[in-house]
Amino acid sequence: MSEPHRRTAWILVLAPPILFLTALLIGRYGVRPDEAFRALFGLDGVSGVLRSLILRVRLPRAFAAACIGANLAVCGTAFQGLFRNPLVDSRILGVSSGAAFGASLALLFSAGAAAVQGSAFAFALVAVGLVTLVGWRFGASTLVIVIGGILVSALFNALLGLIKYVADPLSKLPAITYWLLGGLSGSRWSVLPPLLIVTGLGFAFFVLVRWRLNLLTLSDAEATALGVRIRPLRSVVILVGTVMVAASVAVGGMIGWIGLVVPHVARAWVGPDHKALIPAAAAIGAATLLILDTIARTALPSEIPLGILTGLIGVPAFFLLLLRFLRARGEAR
Amino acid sequence: MRLAADRIHYAYRPGTEVLRDVSLAVDERRTLFVLGANGSGKTTLLDCLSGVRTPQSGRVTVDGIRLTDLSARDRARRIGVVPQSHEPVFSYTVGQAVLMGRAPHLGLFERPGREDRCAVARALDAVGVTGLQDRPYTGISGGERQLVLIARGLAQGAGCLLMDEPAAHLDPHHQHAVFNVVRQLADDGFSFVVTSHHPNNALLYADDVVFLVDGASLIRGAPATAITEESLHAAYAMEFEIVRSVDGTRAILPRVRHRPGAVGGRSASGPDYGKS
Repeated sequence: MSEPHRRTAWILVLAPPILFLTALLIGRYGVRPDEAFRALFGLDGVSGVLRSLILRVRLPRAFAAACIGANLAVCGTAFQGLFRNPLVDSRILGVSSGAAFGASLALLFSAGAAAVQGSAFAFALVAVGLVTLVGWRFGASTLVIVIGGILVSALFNALLGLIKYVADPLSKLPAITYWLLGGLSGSRWSVLPPLLIVTGLGFAFFVLVRWRLNLLTLSDAEATALGVRIRPLRSVVILVGTVMVAASVAVGGMIGWIGLVVPHVARAWVGPDHKALIPAAAAIGAATLLILDTIARTALPSEIPLGILTGLIGVPAFFLLLLRFLRARGEAR
Repeated sequence: MRLAADRIHYAYRPGTEVLRDVSLAVDERRTLFVLGANGSGKTTLLDCLSGVRTPQSGRVTVDGIRLTDLSARDRARRIGVVPQSHEPVFSYTVGQAVLMGRAPHLGLFERPGREDRCAVARALDAVGVTGLQDRPYTGISGGERQLVLIARGLAQGAGCLLMDEPAAHLDPHHQHAVFNVVRQLADDGFSFVVTSHHPNNALLYADDVVFLVDGASLIRGAPATAITEESLHAAYAMEFEIVRSVDGTRAILPRVRHRPGAVGGRSASGPDYGKS
């Protein structure tokens, strides 16, 4: 490995764990590194409140941020390749719209956190199921799948509008609106197991097949001529990817832009070969959301919804990337 | 490696056959040109030969084994496709693009290793573009891209390469560069099936020629015997003249009414705008 590549690899390997530990220290109640260390390893010398803060509030939240960031980035990367379209993001198949409807429906009936999460997850999968059904019925070309995603998103957005319309504007509508803005304040250990399991299995899958994702960026005929059975591979990638996004959205709500921007940053950094791109996207996604969530919970006296923050930072970031891309092509000054 | 099609029929929709009773064969060390007008079924034929499409009747065999009896991987290790150059969405390096040719040698969860990278280096060397390995595939010329796609077929381990209009979008110099490589590889034992809109290229580079006319393989044979003014007329529905240079090389000229500079031509002394 050449020198700049080795440096990039070290940055990508070290940044997420360092930011993870930093996120445990920063907050409205500052924690010293040695206190965090004692709390994490069950040593004496820290108060019960501090131990509880680290272990039961900040630790699960940091896990959620890292997992969700990595999931959205990895799936966005895989989907951009699969649909041969760099403007695709992890929400393309209606996952987010389904999850938003599911969560709002549960909130309408004043359900608890676990039920909201479960409902969001379930309806995210229903949405993707509908898209897949449309795809199967009409030949599973990527174009049909994309159109199916747009249609299903529109359907669930309409249903979401209906729920907002009938929701009690004093009690339930604010809860729905707040959930839709996205945030990790509800990330307790109790809601994390599905996310952690899905992230672990899904990430393992993508790490194993990552080189083959390159072949999905070829046309169907070309991939077939290379001996790749492209439709089964594409279906499995879509299935695993959407389950990862669904689990993420169910915990974190609507967190946009990570799945669109991070893949571009990763590609600009390590190139388009998915062998390096998938791990890089995971690292950058996890690091980005750890930073953004730390800002979200510390910048203002009250928490900033994460969806707002990713938009405020994601849009300028995307604009700069676009400018750089156009400059490289000589189409902008 | 011998690739043969035996009386194949193919229809995209029932009742409208694109290929009717097409037979052809190419042996190792041979280059077969498939000529025919637009819409005569050349690309469909190539898809049937590569196994991307399966003919409704008739058989395609490679060394006597039917394509339908081979797994997709085994088929891809025998037959490679060199598509018309295309602009990929993502800027892979030439080396990464050729490495994709190793797909039929790698399992679902495998990643390319030393052996695969050696195969890529050998393939790039065989077509003479070793220096391009680290260049972005999106940033090389059309002619270079054709050579890189041939290299991908070689990395695949294919003995027979199918080329779809390799001369499209290439100037004469680059056409010659690509076909030179094809001839060299044919001498090394590979077999080629090449579709072309340029019958002159068939005269220059083909060992055998097939004319597709309305989806049927009417005229077959060596270029010297198969390419005649009559067969060209049958294929393209217009008149041609075959001329000989001093060294005996034949060339095809379309008979056009207004040929600038031709003896006795109307426009021998420039355009005539009706001076009277």
